[in-house]
Amino acid sequence: MTARLTTWWTILRICLEERLVYRGDFALGTLMRFLPIITQIFLWQAIFQARGSEQLAGYRYEEFVAYYLLTMVSRAFSSMPGLASGITRQIRDGEIKKYLIQPVDLLGFLFLSRLAHKVAYYSVAVGPFALVFFLCRGYFDDLPPEAATHSAVTAAAFVASLLMSFVLAFFLESALGLVGFWWLEVSSLLFVYMLFSYFLSGHMFPLDMLPQPWRMIVNAIPLKFLAYYPVAIFLGKQTGYELAGNLCLQFSWIVLLAGVSRVLYWRGVRRYSGFGG
Amino acid sequence: MKEAASYLRVFLTFARNSLVRDMTFRTNFLLESLASLSWMLANLGFYLLIFSHTRYIGRGSGWGQYEFFVFLSTTMFVNSLVQAFFMANVDEFSEMIRTGRLDFALLKPIDTQFVISLQKIDWSSLVNFAAGGVLLAFSLVKLAARPANPLQLEPLMAVLYTLYVLCGVAILYSLMIALSATSIWLGRNQTLYDFWFYITNFSRYPMEIYSGPWGRPLRWVFTFLVPVLVVVNVPARLLAQPLRPETSLHWTLAAFAIVATVASLAASRWVFNRALTSYRSASS
Repeated sequence: MTARLTTWWTILRICLEERLVYRGDFALGTLMRFLPIITQIFLWQAIFQARGSEQLAGYRYEEFVAYYLLTMVSRAFSSMPGLASGITRQIRDGEIKKYLIQPVDLLGFLFLSRLAHKVAYYSVAVGPFALVFFLCRGYFDDLPPEAATHSAVTAAAFVASLLMSFVLAFFLESALGLVGFWWLEVSSLLFVYMLFSYFLSGHMFPLDMLPQPWRMIVNAIPLKFLAYYPVAIFLGKQTGYELAGNLCLQFSWIVLLAGVSRVLYWRGVRRYSGFGG
Repeated sequence: MKEAASYLRVFLTFARNSLVRDMTFRTNFLLESLASLSWMLANLGFYLLIFSHTRYIGRGSGWGQYEFFVFLSTTMFVNSLVQAFFMANVDEFSEMIRTGRLDFALLKPIDTQFVISLQKIDWSSLVNFAAGGVLLAFSLVKLAARPANPLQLEPLMAVLYTLYVLCGVAILYSLMIALSATSIWLGRNQTLYDFWFYITNFSRYPMEIYSGPWGRPLRWVFTFLVPVLVVVNVPARLLAQPLRPETSLHWTLAAFAIVATVASLAASRWVFNRALTSYRSASS
């Protein structure tokens, strides 16, 4: 057990050091990622002005802006750049053999390296994020009493949901990448996934804006937990049993997808034949 | 004149070679076209969703659903042209500097900027150009058929529209080539290239949305300093909300767009040439 912990700790530390090499580029890149939000803010301002009414889909203008800013946070947890394509590449060019020979588990290793990546990312990104949220603090002033700015329970639920969105996204994308055992090239599958997650995870707009039957579809798939859901908790859109129920649902998706990626890995390894040297 | 003809021949050869390459992997070509098309449709869905909640973007701005779709198709024209002709090449340019392959382009008896900018044409990007055409035609028919204040199209509008779309392409191209030329000085500029995407992001919506104490300076900067706002706004406005003589401000903007195009092209040419003088081959 201690041996295993030491291994994990070493993996985590190596990955962390690897990630912190380009700090300056990181910080600048993070700050620039907020630029598109400026356009969104002005777009929705124009839309609210044209409508002339106070609310749109249950959001005031300030809440809309807060929503966009907060999706940046949830995306920072749930985005997994290069995870699925990396797994497929490793399967294709035979690098995966290393996990079959060495006593290191592929999913475990990838999880830790992702974790290290994220920790390194946050340790640098916290600066730009803090700056932007400080400048935009006015948008968070008049949130309802259920919002995370007033209620400790909501804040805790928000954090829990964010952490789970990281795990959920990890297993979701791993499962997609592991399909590579059968297809060798999954870029078209990833494209479809990206397209859907772009529009149905809620980082383009609050999902409450969707009409039926889209609303039903969005509720039936796990994508909403990647961007929309943590933010909805923060803004106080979810309370009581609904909140608890959805958190459980998020957790169930994690269990399900973790199981799926385990099975895919296990069966994939059995049909795998190594090419190249 | 003779020189221009030979440049045209070189360009046509580039175009043919790219097409041959694309047609070698036909399924891949088809998939890429399909991908950019479905991305476009998803975007259209987003705007349909917006217009299911509001009638206009901006109070009194006149950007209703079909006016905005004219705007959107203009964005599609400009972006698909930039993507088809320049994007891959300029991307390659930074890489050529890093690896030293730029030497080969410099050695050729032809303008270096010309070779760098046009040697590969991404034909699959033109699918969005066609899709933009369909959307534009549909929106114009809708605008011309509306009972109140129907749109009247004149031949002059079509000519000016084409001209301004090309101006828009030229402005974006200048920005792109100037940014990537700086990688001669910086060694590598992935962040700058991302920056290009974020900057052009500002050109995607009608300029009226940038209002208020924060919006006005932003609008000023992106109209006069980095003229990305005129790229789509001027041609789209020309069609969807014809520039009337009484709105002299709009004519000023249209005139300015020409000036901005010439200035951006000249400035980017200058930056490009300046950067080339600092190039130290990195090859073996």
